[in-house]
Amino acid sequence: MANQNKKRELLRRHGLMLAFAVFLLATAFYAPTFLSPGNVFDIIRQVSISGTIAIGVTFVVITGRLDLSVGSMLTLLTVVMVDQHNHVGPAMAILITLLSGAAIGGLNGLLVGYLKLNALIVTLAMLSFLQGVTLFYSGGSNVNVTDSKSTWFAFFGRGDLLGIPAPVLIFLVTTLVASFFLLKTNFGRRIFAVGGNETASLFSGIQTSKVVFLAYVLSGLATALAAIIMGSRVMGAQNTIGQGYELTVLAGIILGGTSLMGGSGTIWRTVLGISMLGFVQNGLLLLGYPYYVQWLVTWMVIILAVWVDLAAKRGKVFA
Amino acid sequence: MNNTTTSAQAFENSAQPKMIRRTLLMLAEHYIWVFLSLSLLLFSLLSPYFLTLNNMSNLLTQSAFIGLLAVGMTLVMINGEIDLSVGSTLALACALAIGLQPSIGVWPAIIVALGSGALMGLINGTILALSGMHSFIVTLGALIGIRGIVFIYTNESALMVEDFSYTELVEVYVGPVSLTALVFLGFAAFFQWMLTWTKHGREAFAIGDNAKSAHEAGIRVKRHKVINFVLCGTMAAVAGVLLSMRLGTAEPNAGEIWELWAIIAVVLGGTRLQGGWGSVWKTVGGVLTLSVLRNGLSLLNTPNYIELMVMGLVLVLALVTDKVLGFGHSK
Repeated sequence: MANQNKKRELLRRHGLMLAFAVFLLATAFYAPTFLSPGNVFDIIRQVSISGTIAIGVTFVVITGRLDLSVGSMLTLLTVVMVDQHNHVGPAMAILITLLSGAAIGGLNGLLVGYLKLNALIVTLAMLSFLQGVTLFYSGGSNVNVTDSKSTWFAFFGRGDLLGIPAPVLIFLVTTLVASFFLLKTNFGRRIFAVGGNETASLFSGIQTSKVVFLAYVLSGLATALAAIIMGSRVMGAQNTIGQGYELTVLAGIILGGTSLMGGSGTIWRTVLGISMLGFVQNGLLLLGYPYYVQWLVTWMVIILAVWVDLAAKRGKVFA
Repeated sequence: MNNTTTSAQAFENSAQPKMIRRTLLMLAEHYIWVFLSLSLLLFSLLSPYFLTLNNMSNLLTQSAFIGLLAVGMTLVMINGEIDLSVGSTLALACALAIGLQPSIGVWPAIIVALGSGALMGLINGTILALSGMHSFIVTLGALIGIRGIVFIYTNESALMVEDFSYTELVEVYVGPVSLTALVFLGFAAFFQWMLTWTKHGREAFAIGDNAKSAHEAGIRVKRHKVINFVLCGTMAAVAGVLLSMRLGTAEPNAGEIWELWAIIAVVLGGTRLQGGWGSVWKTVGGVLTLSVLRNGLSLLNTPNYIELMVMGLVLVLALVTDKVLGFGHSK
């Protein structure tokens, strides 16, 4: 019995990795370029935007809340980043973008954390509201970086350091810093506590409202980082540039095994989840499937991954 | 919870006569109708074109699509679940209704389209029941996957109807009310009746309120949930077929983020995400309020962004209203 439990736990922990490894090998067999360093860097470069956001949103999800506003927020912040770049220069623009991200996240946090409003609805409202703000700010037209050839801002999306593309580097550093915060600081432990049992954490003296508030601020900051990468990569911004990102981000987090009920989850599993989506999508394209087949596969992968996780947890396939 | 007692006490302690107090309470509980009347009044004063028979008829027709999604969503949300895939299901039904016409004829195509909605609901409901997953995850997956199917089926381009007499099928009016609006209101009435007067309806509330005790009381929780998901998917398909008739085309990204509008309408109507509470009539109120705001704002020539911001604000306002009033069912 104990042995069986151990097996089950192993399956739960590493089953996803195993399936992923099989997929990687099988795809590489049929499409040899799949695992070439160039292609792998390309995939991670693509993943780095949604991945950076997902790291921030993971904090929110561990507290047992949701953030659906990150897609709209990414659009707005990219537009702000690119537009301000033309007005006040890259350094100030980056600062403004980060501050705006923190402020919008803070607004979410205020409504959800302190006013105790439903997170799903609040961030849904924010999704719509921020779309409005974006159109108001940009006047409905696309913005472009005027001196895209000469600005050092190009580094974040296009440059590289020691052979590693800058977006990948930013993604990596964010992962490490976020993991450190979540695992090694008081703040991180409080995040888990609030998600695990809110009433209990309140009674043990944790300021739950503040913890939730800060989680949303982090989500906003991560989105601002992603907006910097996005703005630099595209050197411009349309009013729909971030549309749908909230779904990709959530899909990655769910795939990583973070429970939407809160209280559990790790940064590296989110990174794994979102990278897996990236690899699967890229692999399907290399194998010659039409683009939208990836969406169908994403659906199946999400259902299967979560189901296997649940089944292993309760030791039964069906609920 | 504190909120509840304090506001209840405030009402108790106030020196107002009983009649006024009761009226106030009733108004507060039905705030969506107050909201709707106020916005009707506001736009009637602001624009001479607003309160015309033509515009009202138009407004009703426009509201029917989100309305049908919202009616189905209400059932699912009373169960304490959510369906994020309705926008994609709508697009699928829309594409099938138009795409299948040349090969199998108009009416069979419509039937297949409606069936596809029911099937998608059945898939969602069955996965939910068998796996015990959160409906948010199940239907988030479906949102992405079904949209993928639509893009693959339509080959990523809009399908056009070949015989335009198809679009005249819905050009039927009873007085100023279009057939599309009638279908919406008809289904709303039917489901309100179902919720109030049938076993399935009453048990839906019990499940949403406390699934565990409902189960222990002998209610077949999973079966009820599957039924409601099928109904919700079917409603989305009805909206999709009506949309295909109105437009004569099927865009692969039709109905994108409409699930959000539907949720907004349902929440405005006072149905709780936690389940166990809600009414289809109030959802209709929420749908109409949204339509009045959108229609009114566009008549006033306000730029698009104002509309989006107002929607966000209204939604938060609805939440705050609900919270502050907190009628003994706060959370």
